[in-house]
Order: sequence, then C-alpha cells, then structure tokens
Amino acid sequence: MSIEVRNINKRFGNFTALDDVSLTFPDGELVALLGPSGCGKTTLLRVIAGLERADSGQILLDGEDSTDRDVRQRKVGFVFQHYALFKHMTVYENIAFGLRVRPRSTRPSEAEIRKKVARLLELIQLGWVADRFPTQLSGGQRQRIALARALAVEPRVLLLDEPFGALDAKVRKELRRWLRQLHDELHVSSIFVTHDQEEALEVSDKVILINKGRVEQLGTPWQIYNEPATAFAYGFIGNVNEFRGRVDGGYVHVGDDRISLGHSNFANGQDVVAFVRPHETEINPDVHNGEGITAKVHRIQGKGPVTRIELVANGEARKGKNEFFEVELPGSELATLGITAGQHVKLTSKRISVFDHQNGTGKP
Amino acid sequence: MYARETRVLPGFGLSLGYTLIYLSLIVLIPISAVFIKTFEMTLDEFWAAVASPRVVASYKLTFGASLLAAAINVVFGSLLAWAITRYTFPGRKLVDALIDLPFALPTAVAGIALTAIYAKNGWLGQFLEPLGIKIAFGPPGVLVALVFIGLPFVVRTIQPVLEDLDAEYEEAAASLGASRWQAVTRIVAPALLPPLLTGFALAFARAVGEYGSVIFIAGNIPMVSEITPLMIITKLEQYDYRGATAIASVMLVISFLLLLIVNGLQSWSSKRTGRTV
Repeated sequence: MSIEVRNINKRFGNFTALDDVSLTFPDGELVALLGPSGCGKTTLLRVIAGLERADSGQILLDGEDSTDRDVRQRKVGFVFQHYALFKHMTVYENIAFGLRVRPRSTRPSEAEIRKKVARLLELIQLGWVADRFPTQLSGGQRQRIALARALAVEPRVLLLDEPFGALDAKVRKELRRWLRQLHDELHVSSIFVTHDQEEALEVSDKVILINKGRVEQLGTPWQIYNEPATAFAYGFIGNVNEFRGRVDGGYVHVGDDRISLGHSNFANGQDVVAFVRPHETEINPDVHNGEGITAKVHRIQGKGPVTRIELVANGEARKGKNEFFEVELPGSELATLGITAGQHVKLTSKRISVFDHQNGTGKP
Repeated sequence: MYARETRVLPGFGLSLGYTLIYLSLIVLIPISAVFIKTFEMTLDEFWAAVASPRVVASYKLTFGASLLAAAINVVFGSLLAWAITRYTFPGRKLVDALIDLPFALPTAVAGIALTAIYAKNGWLGQFLEPLGIKIAFGPPGVLVALVFIGLPFVVRTIQPVLEDLDAEYEEAAASLGASRWQAVTRIVAPALLPPLLTGFALAFARAVGEYGSVIFIAGNIPMVSEITPLMIITKLEQYDYRGATAIASVMLVISFLLLLIVNGLQSWSSKRTGRTV
C-alpha cells in the first residue's frame, strides 16, 4: 500500500517534533526512518499509525485521506519497541487477539483462527511456544511474536518502532536479517524506526534521514552513505573527518593550513565545513608540502587488512582544543609511508564534500 | 558427601527467628488466648453464646455488609484510581490526598460526621428521608460507614498497578482493531484482577473489624442493626468474658476462611496470567 504524508506538523508544548514533513513511501518496500533520538521519527510513525494526531497536515493511505481515521480503521500493523505483548495471554491468544475482537459478522471460525495462528507461528519459526506466556520467552522471541500478532490482522502496512532497540547485539543482528527475509517473502509495505545507522543501511530498501523534525535526505542506503546531501547527513552516517574554515582561491583555509576544495561554487570568503571520509583521507609525511592539514600521528591500530591511524591537531585555529582525525589505509600502504606515532604529517583528501557553515547545505 | 546449603543473602536465621518471635508476641499469642479462653466453656454454653438469634443476626449484618461494602469499593475505587492515574486535571493532587482521609480520620469522628449528614435532619438525610430512603440508624447506615472506611484500601492497591500498566498495551489492542470496550475488558481488566482481589480482601477485613464509625450511625437496634463487634462489647460490659471470646473466636474463624478463599482466588488468577509459574 502506498503511504503519503503531506505537510505534517506536530508540536509538544514548545517542542517541535515534526516540522512540515511531506513524504511518499514507496509501495511494497522496507523503509527505514533514521535519525538521532528526539528527532521526531517515532512521532512520525505514530502519526501514520493513528496513535498520535498531527496538529496539521494530511495522511493518505492508498490514496484516500485517512487523517481523521482512527487507528482501528487504518488497518496498520504496529510493533512496539518493548513488544507490548499481553502478559495474561498465551502466545497463541496474543496472536489470535486481532481476529477474536472482530465484529461477529467478519470474525473467522475457531478452526480458521487455529489454522492461521499455526501458519504465523511457523512463519516466525516458533511453533513450539504456542502455549507459553510471554514472560517465559526471550526478548528476540517476544519481538517475533509481536510481529506475528501484527501480521495476523493482515495489515496493509507494517510499522515497527525501534523493533530491535531492546535486544542485545547478537540477537539484533539475527533478527535484522530475519526481518529482511520476511519482508522479501511477504512484500508488505513496511516502515521501521531506528537510530542505528548500520541497521538502517543494512536492512532497508530506502532510508529517510530525519533531524529536528525535518527530512534531511531520502535515498537508497548507497546514496545515503556515499552521497550525503547535507552536513548533518555527512556527520551522522559513518565516520568522517571534519574541517571548518573559509573558502579562498579554490582552497578551504583552516588556520594556517589549507586543503583543496576541488570543483566548487562557493564564493571566496564564505565560511564552510568540509567532510572527508577516513578511507578517502591521505597522509603526506612531508610537512613542508604546501597543501594539507597539519596533524600529529597519535596512534596506529593495525589489525586485519585495514590500518586505522588516529591523528590529533591543535593550535590557534582550534583555540588550543584537541581535534581528532582518522585515516584508514590498507595495511600494506603503512610500510611504504613509513610513519610512526608522534610524527607530524599533512592530511589531504581524495574526495571532499563542502557545505555552507550556516545552513549545512550546498553541493561540493 | 554433606553439602552445606549456602545462601547469597546472609542473616536468614536471624531474620526468620525475629519474624517468628515478633509474630508470636503481636499476633499469635493474643489470638490463641481467645481460643484458650473459649475452651473453658462447655459446648452448651458455647453454643448458647454464639448461636443466640441476636448474635446470629449480627453475623449476617457484619459479614453481609462487609462483603457488599468491599464489592462497592472495588467498583468505585477502581474508577477513582483510573481517574487519578490516567488523566490530569486541576485538583488531582488534592483528590489523591483526600482518598487517604478515611485512613487518618479517627473512626469515631467519621461515624459522627456520617451520622450528622445522613440523619433525618442532616444535609443529605433531609432529602432522602421524604423519598422513603432511611440511611442513618439502620443497616444502610452500616453499609455507608463500611464503604467509607474501606475505600482507600482498594484505591491504593490498584493505583500502582494502573500506573505501571503502560498505555502501550491499549494502543496495541487498538491497532489490532479492538474497540475501547474490548481493550478495557480484555486487556486492562485481567491485568487489574489480582490487585482488585487484594484490595477487596483488605477492604473486607477492615470492614469486618470496624467498630467506631459504625456504632454511631447504625442505631444499634437488636436483631436489625447490631454488628458483631458490638455484641462482643456488650458481653464484655456484662462481665461475660467467656461469651465475648466465644463470639470473637467465631468471627476469627469466618474471617480467616473468607480471606483464605480470596487469597486462593488471587493466586489462581495470577497463575492464570502467567505471572508466577
């Protein structure tokens, strides 16, 4: 089912949770709403579900205006972070709940309910827990049951609020993969909220990056990682080295140092912030090189095929504060560079992205 | 080989010993004194004391009114608890504090106040009396007093459970298509059943033992509005100590049996909800 939100605004007192959000969710895809905590992603999910009412704006489900529809009528499946399984019911009764509360005319017979619950239990690979109570199960099992319960009512869309947030790292990873598989089997349009970038990039078809109640970027995981559209997106996704300075003659000047801008349309004298990924940062051992940011090698961590080099810079431009940079090199390159801890070097870039310092936008 | 049982928490012997001695001194010895005193009587004397029509009528009133009062408190107490936990409204804190008043008020004061309100010329009594509803100086008065003193027990046992009961469960039920009524009856009510039974037991136990507030409003008409504690006091005033303890022992046994039933229900309901297995 297609979901469209138009100009959604939502405030809690003085706090703006959603600021004029408009989005179209593609049909049949698994979409991640990603952002730092408090950015409004859960609120957006709850507004789509009908658990929260927007101050203004429209929700369109399958093209029809559902803004004033109650959560009961929206036919959405909602999965909560802390599962919200009914503790006094067995797993079987939990999954059957959505079928049992239907009006008599559309309620399936007991035999049909039994068949359906059995099928769902098989789908989540937990056929043997039907008669147990939720408190007797592990977190991962509970979340799968919560998912089965939501699927029992054949929702048009599945909404998951931080579904793996309360689980430990290993179970999280397993369940993540499992959710992807399940989605490939069922193809029900799904939106899940997460603050974990790895989770969002690994599982979803599309990622919507949200910050301070606004959409920062919408794109495939590849686009989000490789082509961040805003300064926030750059800083939030993956590790990144950040240089703040002023544009002058094709360079960003940071204190006494400068780093090449490449091709850009920023005017001279503009304050900018430049980002370079660790694997796209280069080390030049020659400190007298005209270009590059001066830094001191702090630590070299060589484990596995990739060597991580931590560097530190301070000085007048940084008001005496230490600033850390990170460079990732293939292990073999370290020997040819011949650098050691404590040595001063210059940092240059293979690829740099520059954004306006004020509003965080602008193409490199 | 002999394996010594070790416990993580030290001091088991000391705390159990203390518990037993304390319970014996405070509860068991006084109660067994009641039975010991009673055993001084012959069976005929005992039967005459505990089964005289006036005393039997008082049992009916005391236990009947106490059960009814506890039931009323369960219904309205849970409504009250619901209102003060689920909604915010001006004066909520004040209402919250008012609920404890029956705990704190000397029962005699409560009895006098209730009598003043429900008597023929009282604030409420003057409107109810012409309608043929007579509350003070009769069994309805007893009920009113017992409801009054039992209310905080129900509210205070349900309140923390309601506060813990996340709105998420109701939201989950709604998202699965349940109506508000279905969510309340199928999700909220079962979660509240164990604390409701506890509240019921506490309110009931309190009502059975109540004396001070009832005495003023009951009118104490023999065969009609005399409660069992009053019968005991009457016997004591006639220096019939053995008769008094005989009635007291009957009361003890009935109360104990009723509380046992409620506790049984409670453990059944929490077992059914998978809380303890």
